[in-house]
Amino acid sequence: MGIIEAILLTVITAATPLVLASLGELVSERAGVLNLGVEGMMVMGAVLAFAVTQATGSPYIGVLAGIACGALFSLLFGFLTLTLVANQVATGLALTILGLGISGQIGEPYVGMSGIKLQPIAVPLLSDIPFLGPLLFRQDIIFYLSIALVFGLNWFLFRSRAGLKVRAIGDSHASAHALGIHVIRTRYLAVMFGGACAGLAGAQLSLVYTPQWVENMSAGRGWIALALVVFASWRPWRLLAGGYLFGAVSISQLHAQALGIGIPSQFLSALPYIATVVVLILISHNRRMTLINTPASLGKPFVPDR
Amino acid sequence: MSAVGASGGSPLLAVRSLTKLFGSFAACNAIDLDIQPGEIHALLGENGAGKSTLVKMLFGVLAPTSGQILWKGEPVRIPSPGAARRLGIGMVFQHFSLFEALTVAENIALSLSPGISLSKVAEEASRLSHLYGLPLDPKAHVADLSVGERQRIEIVRALLQNPELIILDEPTSVLTPQEADRLFETLAKLKAEGRSVLYISHRLEEVQRICDRATVLRHGKVTGACDPRQETPASLARMMVGSDVASVSAAGTNTKGDVLLEARHLSVPARTPFAVALKNVCLKVRGGEVLAIAGVAGNGQGELFDALSGEYPVPDAGAVSIRGKAAGNLGITARRLMGAGFVPEERHGHAAVPALPLSDNLVLARNQSDRKTFLAGGVLGVIRHAVVRIASKRISETMDVRKSGENPAAGSLSGGNLQKYIVGRELDRQPAVLIVNQPTWGVDAGAASRIRQALVDLAKAGSAVLVISQDLDEIFEVATEIAVISEGRLSDAYPAHELTREKIGLLMGGMYGKTEGEVAHAH
Repeated sequence: MGIIEAILLTVITAATPLVLASLGELVSERAGVLNLGVEGMMVMGAVLAFAVTQATGSPYIGVLAGIACGALFSLLFGFLTLTLVANQVATGLALTILGLGISGQIGEPYVGMSGIKLQPIAVPLLSDIPFLGPLLFRQDIIFYLSIALVFGLNWFLFRSRAGLKVRAIGDSHASAHALGIHVIRTRYLAVMFGGACAGLAGAQLSLVYTPQWVENMSAGRGWIALALVVFASWRPWRLLAGGYLFGAVSISQLHAQALGIGIPSQFLSALPYIATVVVLILISHNRRMTLINTPASLGKPFVPDR
Repeated sequence: MSAVGASGGSPLLAVRSLTKLFGSFAACNAIDLDIQPGEIHALLGENGAGKSTLVKMLFGVLAPTSGQILWKGEPVRIPSPGAARRLGIGMVFQHFSLFEALTVAENIALSLSPGISLSKVAEEASRLSHLYGLPLDPKAHVADLSVGERQRIEIVRALLQNPELIILDEPTSVLTPQEADRLFETLAKLKAEGRSVLYISHRLEEVQRICDRATVLRHGKVTGACDPRQETPASLARMMVGSDVASVSAAGTNTKGDVLLEARHLSVPARTPFAVALKNVCLKVRGGEVLAIAGVAGNGQGELFDALSGEYPVPDAGAVSIRGKAAGNLGITARRLMGAGFVPEERHGHAAVPALPLSDNLVLARNQSDRKTFLAGGVLGVIRHAVVRIASKRISETMDVRKSGENPAAGSLSGGNLQKYIVGRELDRQPAVLIVNQPTWGVDAGAASRIRQALVDLAKAGSAVLVISQDLDEIFEVATEIAVISEGRLSDAYPAHELTREKIGLLMGGMYGKTEGEVAHAH
């Protein structure tokens, strides 16, 4: 395995959780719900996936546990913001803090324990392609899922009727309600999808990236995922590209150190946010871009008239 | 079995003594209306005449208090817009409910029953839009479209339900003349297919041009039913605004003061695609005068207020003068310090912050003009709450503002009471110049007369008052001089006692310049 191949492999491993978590947030935001609890849902998914894998010996059951945990945890957010109409920003921040706390508590017995790694699945024939084969077709199930989700969500949001309703709600929940679309129900589903994706991203961290449990192991990836959604202007394809760009940047800190290149690591870890700010400036400069890409009702609570 | 309409056949839709009460106020009072198959029927009336309330009942948005709706001779109940659509009634609203971020086809698809694929919707929408001469690109995003194009989406959306009756609420109020011509061609096609159109408007010219019959509403009652082509604009205007020529009350004093407010060749380009450009507006208001500016909504009233108040200053300083000093390029606060006061149109979010208490709203408006009274501590600008509360109480008492508690949030007051407070907030300063936009819009009769009285009293005390209003009753009650705004142009100001409602109606209907001849012709 060449050095380039090795570096690219680490980029894929670093990018996958970012892509997954931000895909979930993208759907939630497309429906008009801003959930700042990605970090919390992610770290909850990570600890549950690790614990269940330890208990059952099967990382696949661990992955399912991570997904379920993320979805359930987001349900709490949904109940508070959609049913009780609490402030989305405050509730999301609380969810993150809560998730970091609870996961530390649950994970205490697992600290230092060696984990069980989710093994790669080689796709027959394709994995024998030189260079690309080992990179793309000798990967674990979570990687394959992340790519499939990008394709699937792009189709769902822009080709299917259900996806059209999600976008309509995100654009104007009042108009959507007037047309008879179930705003609150759809938002619950979108929020839970977001939670499930964040949980899956967490499972990737504790079962693939570093197969062990470390407190706060999401290490700010939830925040990068949030920035990534804006960076991608709420579009799955741009999100995939952005996820790999951000992943490459974050992993380049390690490689730069190993190669003795003197770029301050703080600068590199700040890069994703700088890139997001630049994209935001570009978007807001163009009124049309803003109108068409930004969910206009993002973060606004919906209370139907009775 | 059903009532026989004017032209003999059985009506598609008949309305029998339909009444809608809001409290004790009758927005619609025993309305009778027949719409024949294949006719374009005009519903004429001023703002507040009850047109919108009537069509909302027909489309299932409002429930009638009493009366009957007959569809093809059968009595029906229309509890929801969905029920109206199932009967075969389609409606194009004045304010659209479109999703800006979505494409035309997507917007249309959302209102259709499920199971129809997006590409099919695009095809069908494209076919219909060509058939009726409503060119639309199904792939275009709504955010990129003009108001006229957005209206086409609404029309195509209504047509996809294959309605027998299409209701259009003031459709041309947002259209350019070219777009309006296109719409008229579409309506002619619909009529040729045997569909009926209920066309709501207050533009006499277009009603005469395209409508077969007209029902005229005034103050919630039917005041006339006619063939508009047999009528003159003057006779239609008379039905619309009432045949009783008002007994004009010259409100101000007879001694005219100096010119306190003046606009000289004020021209402002349209700020947004939907705004109206002001074209060479000239006006003068002397102390003791109340100049009322009449006109149909959306003819530049908001833009005129913005330019006169300084909400959007104009580059030419001399275009607006307050008490003889050039103020065109100055902002609101500077103009307030020159002795002017302003009351904008929207109460909530423009004239007042709904979530803040009345006293805070008072400080927000007058923190510079009453700096010495309201603020302490020099540059620190600490609010003297006790002083502000006393002033707030004084305003409430003078204007008879009824509220719950001593200092409630502005948003908790009823529209009329909040409006009284907002007008009172300016009057309390005794401004030399007061500019008010729609002073009694959506305000109950009691509050309206209180506000009008206050405006007249201010003029009597020697101030110059400019009132922009769509309510002719109000204009005749308060004005000493009247001008009419139409498409951003302001007519000359006439002494109020020289004007009749007919003449104003003609000027409002966009017949500016033809007035003298037309009126002479009518008599």
